[in-house]
Formats: sequence, structure tokens, C-alpha cells
Amino acid sequence: MAQKKKVTAVVYSQKELAPDIYDMWLETELAETARAGAFIALYPKDKSTLLPRPISICEIDRENRRLRIVYRIAGKGTREFSAYQKGDTVEILGVLGNGFPTQKAEGKRVFLMGGGIGVPPLLETAKALAAAGTRADIIVGYRDSKLFLKEDLEQYGRVYVATEDGSVGIRGNVMDAIAENGLQADVILACGPMPMLRAIKKYAEENDTEAYISLEERMACGVGACLGCVCKTKDVDHHSHVHNARICTDGPVFDAKEVDI
Amino acid sequence: MNTKVKIAGIEFQNPVMTASGTFGSGMEYSEFVDLNRLGAVVTKGVANVPWPGNPTPRVTEVYGGMLNAIGLQNPGIDVFIERDIPFLKQYDTKIIVNVCGKTVEDYVAVVERLGDTEIDMMEINVSCPNVKEGAIAFGQKADCLYDITAELKKHAKQPIMMKLSPNVTDITEMARAAEAAGADAISLINTLTGMKIDIHRRCFALANKTGGMSGPAIKPIAVRMVYQCANAVKIPIVGMGGIANAEDAIEFLMAGATAVSVGAMNFINPYTTTEIVDGIEEYMKQYGIEDVNELIGAVK
Repeated sequence: MAQKKKVTAVVYSQKELAPDIYDMWLETELAETARAGAFIALYPKDKSTLLPRPISICEIDRENRRLRIVYRIAGKGTREFSAYQKGDTVEILGVLGNGFPTQKAEGKRVFLMGGGIGVPPLLETAKALAAAGTRADIIVGYRDSKLFLKEDLEQYGRVYVATEDGSVGIRGNVMDAIAENGLQADVILACGPMPMLRAIKKYAEENDTEAYISLEERMACGVGACLGCVCKTKDVDHHSHVHNARICTDGPVFDAKEVDI
Repeated sequence: MNTKVKIAGIEFQNPVMTASGTFGSGMEYSEFVDLNRLGAVVTKGVANVPWPGNPTPRVTEVYGGMLNAIGLQNPGIDVFIERDIPFLKQYDTKIIVNVCGKTVEDYVAVVERLGDTEIDMMEINVSCPNVKEGAIAFGQKADCLYDITAELKKHAKQPIMMKLSPNVTDITEMARAAEAAGADAISLINTLTGMKIDIHRRCFALANKTGGMSGPAIKPIAVRMVYQCANAVKIPIVGMGGIANAEDAIEFLMAGATAVSVGAMNFINPYTTTEIVDGIEEYMKQYGIEDVNELIGAVK
């Protein structure tokens, strides 16, 4: 795995995709070593907010050395980022985390499942799979008709939408979308809210399907030192020899069978 | 120019160390900084057996700093001796192992195991605010601190440094108790107990409800406490609390610390420690200071 670095990135573009959902392309050398399902951490300039904000990588443009992040305004730090304009700089730490094991999905029937702000990392994942000749079924859930990234995803697979209010696609969640469309898969790669990931873990167990889920937790260092962002694991972890894996370094993507969520 | 400092007969190439719990055993940060350039690596606390730590969320941000309630998750002394000490021995830096426990016997067990290893010093964590069972009492009652210090001195083959809690009425009483019991040095401050409430979700930001506050916002409190302790005891002090750059580090030295530790700022800028090493040298050049020891306690 390439060395982690803290570097200065330059904002290449930024736009609002949906209410409070922003789409930013960053020019950075980290694009060279970025991978689908991994993340970077952005440092706000406002020094009252010191910790870096972990944000998943949505898309990688290696040729132009650019990374795309799509994020939701969740507080002061992300609000600051959303005001950045082309040419502004931002300190970033990366590339962090393991990423999705796309090689385990190549040539198989694949679900890429995302809920809300868990949708963005699916884009680069879908792109990587499509490049390897595997077009996934992409099942994405949103609150309402304010969708984002749907057209981007449609380039790389068949997209099924579920909305909580039923305004677009299936009324309900991503699990309802699978059932209604009679979809089947050998491998699931997923990112989204905890109730969705729990449902996927259960579905995978019942259907004897492999599932890799991307977890999220409050983190401080992002590099595995502070032990802030742990999740319960079935087996003893290699770092502390208890049952706690570090989401920032052992994850964020875990085999659903290996974690207690 | 001399940047070496001495604590308990051990010579450190410079006065810049890492604060326990913010730097692991150096492995994770060795991708960012050259550990050979640090005065010492102070490791994450290690107990006699593995500790799972607290439930999540364990960390949260506050104005100018953060709260943590990790709960001293650690792999236990066996794994530590097998894996972490050999890792650190590859580097030209001193090794200070932070020792934690729930009972005096726990501490003694770790101190004895470390006796046969090639570490340079031990820092005794009697001041973690996030572990419910007992430990903090050792750090908040002067007579308890005296007793555990005296007991560990009987078993320790390396010098011991007692890490003091700021969550006391008068930290100099604690410093005096540690010195009287034979501690070779003291380090301060550990984190300040704090709390944050998420008003939108009507819950505590941390699963543990309370957490230890660190970061630049606590620095003035730490400088004051280092100054008070430096005037109360003769044993050396390792100062810490919100150190973000060389200027901050020099403040601690002038307040009376012989060395300093960088904690939460490692999370914000992983290069902080070596930037401080460089910054202290630049300051010495700028003011024509030949020996870093001239700065220690320079402000009376």
C-alpha cells in the first residue's frame, strides 16, 4: 500500500448536486494511489475545528491527477468545504483505508448497494468493475426525489432506485428494491447507514452471499494510532488482540461475516 | 549547539517526545516522521492483559480540541514485548513505555515484565480519566499516589515517571507525593475531564459520557501547572498539553519542563513532532542559544 501523506490539494470544481450534497473535484497527487472504497481526510481551515473530516473517494481521474468527493454538509467543517471555489486550496490526508475488494467481484453477479451519502464510493467501484468487464446491479436508496450520482452510475451498470417517499423508483429501501425486481447476486459491495448494512449482513447470511460493507465511525487520527474508530469483530484483531478492528486502517470495508454490527 | 537533555540519567537527543495514546508505538506515524529524530517515543498505555476499551463513539471534537474516551484499549504486555519493543529498537530514539492497570498488582506485573526488556524508562499512567476501575484514584489522592509510586519503585529496573492528572485541586501536592515516594520524574498534564452533549440527538457525544480533553485549547492550563510543579519539586518534568508548534514547546521548557510531549496535534498534523525539533533549533539559532538546557525554567 502506498505511503500515506498530508498534502495540499487544489479545488478544481465544486457544485451542489442536491440540497446540502456537494460534488468537489480536487487536484492532488493522491489520485495516483487512490482506490475505490478508500477515503481521504480533509482539514478545515477554521482552527476551532481541528480534526480532519474523513470523506470517501467518489471517483478517480488518474490521468489528470484529480479526486472527486461527494459529501453532505454535516457540520461546521463540511459547511466550510462547501464554500470552496475553483483554485482554493485544502490540506488533505490520504490515501486512507483498504477500499472495496473489487477483484473478488469480477466476473460474478454483483450488487453495489448504497444508501444516502453512502452512494458516492460506489461510483469508482462500479467504474473499476466495468473496466474489468463486470457490469453490476447498482441499487441505491434516497430519502426523496433529490437524487444524486444516478446518471454517473448508469454508465457502469443497471441502476435500481428506492426512495423512502416513493417519489422515484420503488417506495422503500434498497432491500425492497432487490425483492421487487427479483435481483440476485454472488457478491455484494455496500456503503450506507447502519440499519441498511445490518439488513445486508442478514440477507447475505440467509442467501449464502459474500458481502463487503463499508463502516463509519467518529475518528481522530485516521491512520490507526488513536483507536477511536473501532468496530466489534468476530475474531481477535491483529492490533490490540481483543475484538476491535480499526475502521480507518483495517477497514472501512469489512467482510460482513467478520463484524458484529 | 546542544539539544540534548537528561532525565534520570538518561540522555535524550532532543526534548521532543510523543504523548502516550496519540502515537501508538510509533508504527503508524513512521510513515510520516523519521522516528530517529525524536527524543523519545512514549507508547500507548499497556496493561498486564489485553483491554478492549470503551464502546464507540470514543472521540469527538470540541472548540479548539477534542475529547477522547478510548478506555486504554491495548494488546497486553506479552504482545507488546514481542512486537512493539523490537519495532522501536530499530530506531535511534529512546523508548518510554506507558504502563496502565486497574490494581497495584496489575501495575507491578507490567513493571516487572518490562524489567528485562531494553526500554529506557516507564511512564506510569495513574491519571486516565476514562477507565472506571480504580486507576484514577491513584492519581487523584496524594497518599494513594505516594503508595503506588513507592511500590513500583521497589519493582522497577528502569526509571519511572509518574503521569499526573490535572483533575485535582492542587497539582503540586501530587507532584510532591510522587517525588517523596521516589519517582524519577513526573509528566503532566494528562487530559482534563470534559463532556459534550449533542443537542440535536439529545445524547452524549461520547458513549462514555465524559472524556479527556486535549488540544490547543488546554495549553495555558498545562503551562501553568508545569510552572507550579517546577517550583514545587526538584525531579524533572515532561510537559504536555496542547503543544502544536515549537513556540508552544519552548513555553513549556521556559515554564520548567525538561522535555515536552506532542499529543492530539499528531492527529491534526502528523509531522508536528519533527517540525518542533526543527523549530526549537531555529529558535536557538535566532537567539544565539548554545544549549537547550538554558531554556529550561528560564522564566521564574
